[in-house]
Amino acid sequence: MQPKPKLLTYLDVFTVILFLLSVAMVFFYAPMEAVMGNVQRVFYFHVAVGWVGMLSFLAAAIAGILYLRSKERKWDLFAVAAVEIGIVFTFLNIVTGSIWARPIWNTWWTWDPRLTTATIMELIYFAYLMLRQGIEDPERRARFGAVYVILGFISVPLTFFSARLFRTIHPVVIGTNQPGAEGQFDMTPKMVQTFLFSLFTFTFVFIDLMWHRLRLGRLADQVEQLKLKLSL
Amino acid sequence: MNFLRATFAVIAKDLAGELRSRELLSAMFVFALLVILIFNFALELDVKTRNTVTAGVLWVTFTFAGSLGLNRSLAIEKDRGCMDGLLLAPVDRSAIYFGKMFGNLVFMLLVEAIVLPIYSLLYNTDLFQIGFLGVVFLGSLGYVAVGTLLATMTVQTRTRDVLLPILLFPLTIPVLIASVKASMGFLQGLEIEAIRPWLNLLIVYDTVFIAVAFMVFDFVVEE
Amino acid sequence: MIVVRKLVKRFGLKSVLRGLDFTVQSGEFVAILGPNGAGKTTFLRILATLSKPSLGEVSIAGFALPAQAAAVRRRLGVVTHLPLLYGDLTAEENLRFYGRLYGLTALNQRIAEVLKLVGLYERRADLVRTFSRGMQQRLAIGRAVLHDPEVILFDEPHTGLDQDACSMLDNVLRQVAARGRTVVMTSHDLMRVSELASRFDVLSNGVIVASAQRAQLAPDQLLAFYRQAVQQNNPLNPSLEGEPQKEGNDLP
Repeated sequence: MQPKPKLLTYLDVFTVILFLLSVAMVFFYAPMEAVMGNVQRVFYFHVAVGWVGMLSFLAAAIAGILYLRSKERKWDLFAVAAVEIGIVFTFLNIVTGSIWARPIWNTWWTWDPRLTTATIMELIYFAYLMLRQGIEDPERRARFGAVYVILGFISVPLTFFSARLFRTIHPVVIGTNQPGAEGQFDMTPKMVQTFLFSLFTFTFVFIDLMWHRLRLGRLADQVEQLKLKLSL
Repeated sequence: MNFLRATFAVIAKDLAGELRSRELLSAMFVFALLVILIFNFALELDVKTRNTVTAGVLWVTFTFAGSLGLNRSLAIEKDRGCMDGLLLAPVDRSAIYFGKMFGNLVFMLLVEAIVLPIYSLLYNTDLFQIGFLGVVFLGSLGYVAVGTLLATMTVQTRTRDVLLPILLFPLTIPVLIASVKASMGFLQGLEIEAIRPWLNLLIVYDTVFIAVAFMVFDFVVEE
Repeated sequence: MIVVRKLVKRFGLKSVLRGLDFTVQSGEFVAILGPNGAGKTTFLRILATLSKPSLGEVSIAGFALPAQAAAVRRRLGVVTHLPLLYGDLTAEENLRFYGRLYGLTALNQRIAEVLKLVGLYERRADLVRTFSRGMQQRLAIGRAVLHDPEVILFDEPHTGLDQDACSMLDNVLRQVAARGRTVVMTSHDLMRVSELASRFDVLSNGVIVASAQRAQLAPDQLLAFYRQAVQQNNPLNPSLEGEPQKEGNDLP
């Protein structure tokens, strides 16, 4: 059993500090938005967790490609770790979005392209986990998982594009403004700073969680190996 | 040459077997009719709603019936170990993929060729427009391209038939949306300009997924 | 004809083959014996190009695996305990399909020849679904020798067959072997194998632990030879004693 690496402990502490700072910035540093009021503050974390979700799924797809090329088990562990984190953060993304949408759009849920895409993305990765459960041979599980995670990631932009051809009401805060969007707002410099800082923070949250999850995967492997040794 | 010969051999084998037993086609066909019947009661397909929901009803029917066919077509390869037989032959793996895929496409198109006239007769809707039939083809192609690959995986798992729709449907949402929208456009006689984005999306999806499936099929069949 | 060096096959963390060495000369008929889970099926699947080695070298007829798999496949016939046949096609159609995959010429003539060889010429127009297990297995052999391969692999060909079917199968096996083909066969049935093979190798715990020519071994010594080989390799494991049991698929 390997001890917890020092660097990981430092990273844990650093991430927690960043997170506390980020929360403080959201509530005390960023000004209140004139039209929407306090509920707008959910935006900083809403985008950040969505970003982590996408980052995870991208990481999983890359790990999938690397697995198929090298057949090294570590890439399979990496892909599962990333997918699990991605599912949780995409879910948080949807929940925070709902909290914001209730007062602004007057509904918890609407079939907007981004919401639809996020939901289908969740379903794709749930399906990924179910696929893995259905296979006993770990090598085949890794191989099929890699194939599916690549297919899934290719399908997501197409899903988004197809849903977008319907008109969207979701605001686009970064980039061009859309005429039909409801709940649009312009960011003041302080808002931009808070926003960027929370993106930065959540990227570290992602790295920290990934590290922990990979370590867990490796430890589980070692347990397996010890069990095999005992049974021989 | 070798590649084409092997692809055609696989298609011909699937068609010959199916023409004899008709298990797959009859199951897909009866299932498709049942789905339409259920929609009839669930949606009250009167003249007004029919205009807007025909495309949706048809595509849901095709995808459901299609997943049934895909399952069966690959289960045949697994049951007596035939997939190993195919892999033992000195042919390119992608020839096997394309053989199975085109075989499945033919089955799906056959079922559609029977269901469309029946629907058209029952609901007095004119479905025979070149544009619409083109969409049916493009949509089915994209669907079986992904479906054949995934069914090859799912028949090798413990949960088999249950798993295929769960894996397949979320991945094929873009095809489904684009097919429904483009079909609706043609059936309602919209300008081609309004339909073109959907057609483009269909073509992009078909191209991307056939290419990717072609690249990864090896990994799905080889240990 | 077949050269295997330091072959390792892992499934996840579990090693099924652990540095296996194995050589077969042209024209030999080698029987691979071994207890359940020894890795017989896994080994044969690697030789059959259906599974890739994790480590080590495998070459058949001078072609390396898995790099030159296509060349090997052309020279290889494989029979597993599944028949690899389509139930909804006739015996003849099945062979024709496989013949096309192999790109054979003068196919009709060859199909008739093979069907006569395995004694199914009269049933050529019947659906494979209607065949008994033994007939399916004989047709499976016909399928495997259709392209006249240099090397033939049999994985437990007797599984699930009754006595009569077994002896008919043995006749076919003998005819195939008599043509000077190189044959590798896994089996759990020592009695049957003792009449067929020219060499016996014992596979245990992922390696070949013993090998003997038939010429050096009287028929009644085979069992003792086998027991000794397996026990020496597993002195602590009493479950591996005795005759190997009927076994299914070794793959996890």
